[in-house]
Amino acid sequence: MRMLGLTSILLAAGMAFATPASAQEPVANTAAPVANSAAPAAAATPAVADPTLDASGKPLTKAAPGIGQPVAEGIALQPQVTKIGEEAHDFHNHILVPLITVISIFVLILLLWVIFRYRRAANPTPSKTAHNTVIEIVWTLVPVLILIAIAVPSIRLLAAQFKPAPKDAITLKAIGNQWFWSYEYPDNGGIQLTANMLKEQGQVPAGQRYRTDADGPRLLATDQRVVLPVGVPIRLVTTAQDVIHSWAVPAFWIKLDAVPGKLNETSFIIEKPGLYFGQCSELCGARHAYMPIAVEAVSPAEFAQWVKSKGGTMPAEVAAAAAAEAAQNAAAPAAANAAETNAAAEPAATNETAPAASAAAGNTTGN
Amino acid sequence: MTDIALHAHDDHAHHDADHKPGFFARWFMSTNHKDIGTLYLIFAIVAGIIGGSISGLMRAELMQPGIQYLPTWLGMLHGEAKFDDAMHFWNVLITAHGLIMVFFMVMPAMIGGFGNWFVPIMIGAPDMAFPRMNNISFWLLIPAFLLLLASPFVGIGAGTGWTVYAPLSTYGEPGPSVDMAILSLHLAGASSILGAINFITTIFNMRAPGMTLHKMPLFVWSVLITAFLLLLALPVLAAAITMLLTDRNFGTAFYDPQYGGDPILYQHLFWFFGHPEVYIMILPGFGIVSQIIATFSRKPVFGYLGMAYAMVAIGLVGFVVWAHHMFTTGMSVTVKMYFTAATMVIAVPTGVKIFSWIATMWGGSISFKTPMVWSIGFIFMFTVGGVTGVVLANGGVDDYMQDTYYVVAHFHYVLSLGAVFSLFAGFYYWFPKMSGRMYNELLGQLHFWIFFIGVNVMFFPMHFLGLQGMPRRYPDYPDAYAHWNYVATIGYMIMAASMILFFVNVILSLLAGRKAEGNPWGEGATTLEWTLSSPPPFHQFETLPVIEDHGHH
Repeated sequence: MRMLGLTSILLAAGMAFATPASAQEPVANTAAPVANSAAPAAAATPAVADPTLDASGKPLTKAAPGIGQPVAEGIALQPQVTKIGEEAHDFHNHILVPLITVISIFVLILLLWVIFRYRRAANPTPSKTAHNTVIEIVWTLVPVLILIAIAVPSIRLLAAQFKPAPKDAITLKAIGNQWFWSYEYPDNGGIQLTANMLKEQGQVPAGQRYRTDADGPRLLATDQRVVLPVGVPIRLVTTAQDVIHSWAVPAFWIKLDAVPGKLNETSFIIEKPGLYFGQCSELCGARHAYMPIAVEAVSPAEFAQWVKSKGGTMPAEVAAAAAAEAAQNAAAPAAANAAETNAAAEPAATNETAPAASAAAGNTTGN
Repeated sequence: MTDIALHAHDDHAHHDADHKPGFFARWFMSTNHKDIGTLYLIFAIVAGIIGGSISGLMRAELMQPGIQYLPTWLGMLHGEAKFDDAMHFWNVLITAHGLIMVFFMVMPAMIGGFGNWFVPIMIGAPDMAFPRMNNISFWLLIPAFLLLLASPFVGIGAGTGWTVYAPLSTYGEPGPSVDMAILSLHLAGASSILGAINFITTIFNMRAPGMTLHKMPLFVWSVLITAFLLLLALPVLAAAITMLLTDRNFGTAFYDPQYGGDPILYQHLFWFFGHPEVYIMILPGFGIVSQIIATFSRKPVFGYLGMAYAMVAIGLVGFVVWAHHMFTTGMSVTVKMYFTAATMVIAVPTGVKIFSWIATMWGGSISFKTPMVWSIGFIFMFTVGGVTGVVLANGGVDDYMQDTYYVVAHFHYVLSLGAVFSLFAGFYYWFPKMSGRMYNELLGQLHFWIFFIGVNVMFFPMHFLGLQGMPRRYPDYPDAYAHWNYVATIGYMIMAASMILFFVNVILSLLAGRKAEGNPWGEGATTLEWTLSSPPPFHQFETLPVIEDHGHH
């Protein structure tokens, strides 16, 4: 145990070095274009203003009640803002819920009927019937048919969820850590973010940032939001540095485990600008409940501006630049991106270790 | 086929069989299946009180948003507590609740308790096949339970969840606590495997003349199938947690990706055990409910063969659906499609059972004694838990539902309102037989109704929390979830109040209950235990009963 413990510590240190995502005490990483993990005020003055923040560094987009977060006394699924989410939402609300309600009520009525009709006072002499082949076949076959009827839309939904992201998708890499999320945008010049939960006013030392209502609800607001464009396919890749976490945003109908040593992939298209919250959904230790996910969906133009403000680049610009420049210069980032895409394309088959993947991403950034 | 009317047995023929050993020899060195069954039941009740109290702590903390009590509780245990340690203590509570309820309450009560007591009697056998092995099966549970209970005092406690997922359970949880929890599972597993071997041998070899497999009471069928599930599933758990142990202590890397291991391998192994495990917990309940429904409807079980083979089917299919617990781990789409379809198949034999129970009551002459109301409650609550299982079976839906309170609601409906209802049903049904005293009918009915209301108020709102997206295993939650959490805690209080009635009833009945005759349930009770006195003689069936073929099938 001691030996493994020692190597683990060394490896953990190595991983921490390979990725600049050290949440608790942001370290300025000279290799990365901009050290984004620091508070906005402390960051190097970006050439372009961050479109999601006002001049004082406060977030502009506020959470809309009832969207992207739970509502008080709510009893239904959260509203969905992705196509797959809407399909799944309809499948649940219009097929599954009515069906299970009808089945439950049917069983309840049968029970109430036998309780009433065959109580001892009403039926002192029991029948001795113990078989009825016809009815036994019926109550075997009818459930089979019902299940086949559910299976068709269910399998269709699974197939839709699996549709791989197209080539021009924006890649978001979510990395689970104990206990915060860090993010990378490998298609956008390797922007890196670290998102910590914002604590309440009473829980932080004076002068430190605490949660305000502009940031979002308690336990859901983060100091940095994931910014993503609407209407553009997003390729989500998850992995973890330490233990298993799970990246979940209910409004997207997305939940994908972040497993150390694995890259899991899924994709979605956000259809409405707004602010969407989620929480870690796999037990990951003491502060499992304190590593929320906040996604701000903005227009593609705003997203491009945001990327610039973080010192990143849009793939289209890279491609244009590549066309203008000599072929050998252009090959490096494109190849790196292609490698990233290939590595992520087959999540189930991928067994690449996280440190290696991070190192690859780091190299891309360095170039 | 099932209505085995047995009259021939005469207890007076061997009254000298009733020489009981002294107290120590009887209860500490017991080889008598009834005494061991009693020990198992007492053990399960003690474990149930501890596990249930832990859920009370959890519901108290969850009653309001924010952290209220955890630092105080941990302070009582270990002195001054840091915030992170208090949060870790929450994980210790959920882990202990899960493990205690599964391994030390439901399994010992169902299989060790009722199985030991009534399987030999129902098949007309004098005892279990291996009485001494039966003894060690029980006594292995004691150190297992002590290891688990001591773990938060020795270290910081095992905060891994009952699933003990790697790598949280390997390099995420230092200290001796998790090792103790793993050893506890090893011992409990060994105990269950020995028990399973004993039941299979007993049922295959010690049936009374004329008791063919197709005449066995359904409870015996259910224990037989459960024993096979235990025998096939538990070694896989043992392998999985042994690898955890060596990963933790001896530098192996089965689950450590840094050295080429795979954390998902652990989940596959765990759920290959874990899914059959949920049927291990519920199948004996099916058996108990089948006996009770038939008894109080005064009718033979409807579709006996269908009922027996539905359980066989559930057991078989239960081994090929495990990965539906892992839909979000990044499995390929075809694997998800398979596990979605396979999981749905289980609804078919389960539906056969539900409808057959109702058909058993149909045309019957039903009396609503306490065991019967628990059984009817079981049928409906298990249906509700079952249909939400059909929702969760859809891999596509689990991208939303996985690890939310919807899952918590689902498995508490099938276990806390399913398995536990069947346990109470069985307890009231066989209490007169086991103790020789009648329970108090009014207190039993009150217990049912208050418990029924309490658990529904507690668990039904959890569906809403899950649909709203509240994740499991959280000690604190966004304020929007406050309302239904508050309601759920009220439900817990109602449920807890009903348990007071239960214990009052048990104590009063044991001390001053009316003496129970051999068969207090009348002509509907046709299985062999009702041909004996209440309580049965220390050794029954020294002359084997002969089961006649009534030939009316």
